[in-house]
Amino acid sequence: MTEPAITPELVLKHGLTPDEFERIKTILGRCPNYTELGIFSVMWSEHCSYKNTRPLLKGFPTKSEKILVGAGEENAGIIDIGDGLAIAFKIESHNHPSAVEPFQGAATGVGGIIRDIFTMGARPICALNSLRFGELSSAEVRRLFSGVVSGIAHYGNCFGIPTIAGEIYFDKSYEGNPLVNVFCLGVLRHEQIARGAAHGIGNPVFYVGPATGRDGLAGAAFASQDLTEESAEQQRGAVQVGDPFMEKLVMEACLELLATGAVAGIQDMGAAGLTCSTCETAARAGTGIEIDLSKVPQRAPNMTPYEIMLSESQERMLIIVKKGREAEVQTIFDKWDLPWAEVGFVTDTGQMVVKNHGELIVDIPAKKLADEAPIYHRESREPAYLEAVRRFTLQSIADTTAPAHDLKNLLGWPSIASKNWVYRQYDHMVRNGSVVCPGSDAAIVCIKEDSLPVLPDGSFGPKFKEKFIALAVDCNAVYVYLDPYEGGKIAVAECARNLACSGAVPLGTTDNLNFGNPHNPEIFYQLRKSVEGLAEGCRAFNAPVTGGNVSLYNQNPNGPIDPTPTVAMVGLIDDPAHITTQWFKEEGDIIVLLGEVIDDKDALLGLGGSAYLQRVHGLKTGTPPRLNLVTEKQLHDGVRALIAAGLVKSAHDCSDGGLAVALAECCISQQIARETPRLIGATIDLTALQSLRLDALLFGETQGRIIISVHPTNLAAAQAEALRLGVAFRELGTVGGDQLTIRSGGSNLSARLTELHDIWWNAIGRAMQ
Amino acid sequence: MNFAVLQFPASNCDQDAVHVLKNVLGHGASLVWHKDLSLGNVEGVVIPGGFSYGDHLRTGAIARLSPIMQAVQQFAANGGMVLGICNGFQILCEAGLLPGALIRNRSLQFRCEHVYLKAATTRSGFTRAIPAGQLLRVPIAHGEGCYFADESTIKTLQAKDQILFQYATAEGQLTDESNPNGSLLNIAGICNERRNVAGLMPHPERASEGLMGSTDGRLIFESWLQELAERSRPLAV
Repeated sequence: MTEPAITPELVLKHGLTPDEFERIKTILGRCPNYTELGIFSVMWSEHCSYKNTRPLLKGFPTKSEKILVGAGEENAGIIDIGDGLAIAFKIESHNHPSAVEPFQGAATGVGGIIRDIFTMGARPICALNSLRFGELSSAEVRRLFSGVVSGIAHYGNCFGIPTIAGEIYFDKSYEGNPLVNVFCLGVLRHEQIARGAAHGIGNPVFYVGPATGRDGLAGAAFASQDLTEESAEQQRGAVQVGDPFMEKLVMEACLELLATGAVAGIQDMGAAGLTCSTCETAARAGTGIEIDLSKVPQRAPNMTPYEIMLSESQERMLIIVKKGREAEVQTIFDKWDLPWAEVGFVTDTGQMVVKNHGELIVDIPAKKLADEAPIYHRESREPAYLEAVRRFTLQSIADTTAPAHDLKNLLGWPSIASKNWVYRQYDHMVRNGSVVCPGSDAAIVCIKEDSLPVLPDGSFGPKFKEKFIALAVDCNAVYVYLDPYEGGKIAVAECARNLACSGAVPLGTTDNLNFGNPHNPEIFYQLRKSVEGLAEGCRAFNAPVTGGNVSLYNQNPNGPIDPTPTVAMVGLIDDPAHITTQWFKEEGDIIVLLGEVIDDKDALLGLGGSAYLQRVHGLKTGTPPRLNLVTEKQLHDGVRALIAAGLVKSAHDCSDGGLAVALAECCISQQIARETPRLIGATIDLTALQSLRLDALLFGETQGRIIISVHPTNLAAAQAEALRLGVAFRELGTVGGDQLTIRSGGSNLSARLTELHDIWWNAIGRAMQ
Repeated sequence: MNFAVLQFPASNCDQDAVHVLKNVLGHGASLVWHKDLSLGNVEGVVIPGGFSYGDHLRTGAIARLSPIMQAVQQFAANGGMVLGICNGFQILCEAGLLPGALIRNRSLQFRCEHVYLKAATTRSGFTRAIPAGQLLRVPIAHGEGCYFADESTIKTLQAKDQILFQYATAEGQLTDESNPNGSLLNIAGICNERRNVAGLMPHPERASEGLMGSTDGRLIFESWLQELAERSRPLAV
């Protein structure tokens, strides 16, 4: 078969600029051949090289005394959680594939992130996701939404990982450009950390897992372009097909093999498949690697070297085995009925060498390919629309006269409504560790002995006291759109607040930067400013970034998505007695607001960018609420202290929809069983605040607020403790009854919980009928 | 007591079953690989939940051909007690150890949620410890849990008191709304005529510790343990 000649057109089709092509020629000292061009194209795509964002990412805090493996070092970061245990976690996007083929796109996203975690030697124990779609009134959006959810369900359920938390927003900006960000967390002992490095000259290189096919050809490069009708149609073949059954077996076999100590290095074949795994393992170890493609199991006949190297067939792993211990690989993979092949060996040349039936095809310096992609400092310019955003005032908006109607309107808004239609399709309880399931501020998973990979003797090792990990994922992208810097801070703060409400101390953060085309200076401005905000937030809450993902080019001919820097944060709860949920517990408990009711320095009183403005007034504008990191941190420390003192019966953060929505959620969000919610009412008295605009009081999204409930006998103690900790404390009312009543002096709000629950619980299900 | 917990490729709830039998209930439990030919010296067998063979072909259809299933058939034929949970129930139906079949949920979607179970009989070694009238709050997690059988099989199940559990409301009513998957007669679990082999779609092992929000599932294991303890006692003359 003759290979295409290397022409400027072909170089351009591979997404490489003329400058980049010159750089390749300099590195090689010659012109690349077709396969080499393909290899550079995927490795130097944004997805693999972060060439547009690397300088920005340097601003993230990435160190703490607990970090065992830091950002960018390996496939996922690792954090010490005490007693010799550690957690590995990361978030990753599968946006473009999901836009083209929602079921497989989302499914393989889950598969990819799970592999990143067990590649580190950890046993994956839970998954989260963050999703964005257009509005559900569109049939095409409903198709994408149900396809993505069933794809995640299919892969996660079959693999046997609980999908335990997530978040979803619906907004026009994501129409045709859905976001699918998936997160996985695994557990291991410190000594079980595996490395993706090709150590040991002469060590054999094994390929394990299913055979390579033509699916997912150059998916990483595809993910690094704008989406168009045409590209979507052409690129359907770039979407991989997932097999969670295979992944489960590969994971079990790899963990079993890692326990033997026969492994020198291991890496999954994710984006850019065999290409990425070979050059990165060699680059990390400072070695070279040589493989022969004729030994690679192949699913399709007559595959070319180009196709084999760029295929993104799923569930495959590259394992560097200590010489002389090859038989152990064979025994374990035969036990699990998995294909394996010895395809090459580690060299001392520093070169990535690929042969086919002995014929030399590729010869590239591994380190230069993996680590020396060009870096771009893109131009950044404040977007023109921000001027109009800043000009917006409340004068054009009449105050509400029908607060109960507005509340119902907000509770039925898909972005605020219960996501049970989604999470009931996910097995969120498998592995028997889901202590707090989806539906509260943060999910909580228990780490117990069988959360761990086995030790060489087949045991789980020394006993330890169970640990509790809290997880949350958040991003209000409308805030980021309206103020990238403040929005970035708020995304982090909301995540940290959710953890604090559940009783947890943050350990670390992983972020997924979803943006439009970075060549547009206005988009790059959004990216730059929001990353600054994220970094500032992570520093304030002592939750360093341990890794993440960048997904650019999320735009189609209708425009870019709202800038969406998704933040997932992980925290630890030492004592199970401190695990706290958001719903009210008992009649007679006192409802308290921690934090200031309203930010009087904010001219929009928390209504800028609010769900209320969007839903009730059809406006997506106004400067979003301000976030003060100092008082916010005090608030989190304060609520944790109150929880630890045993004074808090429920804690819920005030976010989308403001105080009224948060209070309603406290009343209606506990689900006992199928068709069996537990509704518990509340009477709130805000008459002392009647000088304020009612819409701002009820629906404003002033930051730094948490609603707690306390037993009446603990009220004084809680107040004294809050005072001592410098946290504003205001009694709001009492738990009880079958209604939510908010007296505010003007139009009182009163609504039956059965009605509020029905609107909130069934909104998405009804939209999907 | 000692229990064998079978491990097929892509069994997912195998560790959960071992954890509850061992760490919560204090009995012996170990995983038995599906290619093994012997169950070892055990008093009971659990076929756990999961997606054995990735549900390829049909749920449980391939797992029933695994070598260990011959030992399970023999164990059951000798009167040994076998409990299939979720995918285990599906495998037992495919293996012919239980009548009927589990088909796609009526919603055509996977369902994971807590349900209320009404014990239709306490006259079995899997339900005997359940106090009369007590509902069990236990989670389900399946896409194919709709119990289906022909009319005569259903009549036999009723006549011989083989229905163990039915999906119910919090008040114990067998309504359509309380039925998460469309099962005939709201059936959530059954046993064979000899009453030594049982299958249920809900996961009692996920409702056996206070931290997990319900301990109702323990009543099923405790019933089993009572039955085994009684069997192992020499009969009084």
